[in-house]
Amino acid sequence: MTNEEIIEKIRTTLAEEFEVDIELIQPEALLMQTLELDSLDLVDMVVLVEQNFGFNITGQDFTEIKTFQDFYDLVIVRMKEKEAK
Amino acid sequence: MGIYSCIGKNLDEAKDALYNGKSGIGIDPVRKEMGYFSSLTGILERPDLKKMLDRRKRHCLPEQGEYAYMATVEAFKNAGIDEAFLEKNDVGILYGNDSSTSPVINAIDIIREKKNTALVGSASIFQSMNSTVTMNLSVIFKLRGINFTIAGACASGSHAIGIGYLLIKLGYQDCILCGGAQEVNPYAVGSFDGLSAFSTQEEDPHKASKPFDKKRDGLVPSGGGASLVLESYESAIKRGAPILAEVTGYGFSSNGDHISVPNVDGPRKSLQNAIKDAGISLEEIKYINAHATSTPVGDLNEAKAISEVFNGYKPYVTSTKSMTGHEMWMAGASEVIYSTLMMNNNFIAPNLNFEEPDEASSLLNIPAQRVDIEFDAFLSNSFGFGGTNSTLIVRKFKA
Repeated sequence: MTNEEIIEKIRTTLAEEFEVDIELIQPEALLMQTLELDSLDLVDMVVLVEQNFGFNITGQDFTEIKTFQDFYDLVIVRMKEKEAK
Repeated sequence: MGIYSCIGKNLDEAKDALYNGKSGIGIDPVRKEMGYFSSLTGILERPDLKKMLDRRKRHCLPEQGEYAYMATVEAFKNAGIDEAFLEKNDVGILYGNDSSTSPVINAIDIIREKKNTALVGSASIFQSMNSTVTMNLSVIFKLRGINFTIAGACASGSHAIGIGYLLIKLGYQDCILCGGAQEVNPYAVGSFDGLSAFSTQEEDPHKASKPFDKKRDGLVPSGGGASLVLESYESAIKRGAPILAEVTGYGFSSNGDHISVPNVDGPRKSLQNAIKDAGISLEEIKYINAHATSTPVGDLNEAKAISEVFNGYKPYVTSTKSMTGHEMWMAGASEVIYSTLMMNNNFIAPNLNFEEPDEASSLLNIPAQRVDIEFDAFLSNSFGFGGTNSTLIVRKFKA
């Protein structure tokens, strides 16, 4: 999967799961605010990532994530790590 | 009132089904693949709530919660209760529910496979608890009065109405949403099927549930959601509510006996307590909506209890489970709704498939065809595992 493909999959998956307009999911937009996530929704993010990208993230990972670009970077890095194994 | 069941997704549909003696029972092929002795079940589809509730509210609702939500939307609408009323008044909720099997199994399957509890997701716990219906509906409708679930096996829905009636009568609440909900899925009743409690007369599903008939061989599991708005007379009059009927008596008892086999004494005491509480003469009760689930011993002992209590007087007795199957945790509430629909529309639905009585049901007045009749009061029985018994008496409202 190319980085562009990963990003597009993230956008589609998030828009579908959290029922927001995909156009709102832009690199510099704030993830929590745009998706209107609360603490319960972060648990669903963990499930979403595992089901769609095949790796586990924790609540701790989200402390570093502010924008969608931060989230894209996290997923891309973990995907590359997974492929390298 | 509001209903979402296998004989109707609203009151009008349910009333038509009752009037025409239409069964809601069918076959679920998945149950056969899973090794069930019986694949008979009430057939109802899950509502699409996407346009009615946001994601969080939808995700936390289990199957039976969806049914209860649909029934409650209809009940509040018919009662003339809107968001503004709920905002200004401490409306309570008491709902009967005694399982939430499917979400529990799904969660455990994930934990066993993935070894990571986070992957169960955020909504599972709110779907899994027995109090799932009351916790979800109280949040959705912003209810601020009493709020808990009644788990009294197959009498849960009836006890919910009974306890609601008592709280209003004692002056603790003015308005309570009461009801019952029951999940309908291949996981929900597997262990029940394992007791050989279900009818295996699968060749003609509409004929499988035959309460009081000599050839009955077990119940047919079913479910849905049933909601009733109970309100004090003063509150209802003050806001000009359309009053459908009056709960006038609640009787209860516990058999203190076998965990699954019902007896005669417990039900008899429940009936007597309700009649005493209502202060009603036997002759005023023209119709009894029996618990009768179509099991050999249960129907036999209920027929004996009714005969003993009514002592020669023979009101009409039917079991709407002949049409709906056994709606279990929901049944006590849905059957008050079905009976009220009949009372307010001047008919008694047929006890389907009643062809040949046994020694006890031969002593009762059980119509196999619809009876067109005006009546002003009915009695509704609900009994459950562990010997929990509940009886309600409801009168037509006369201004």
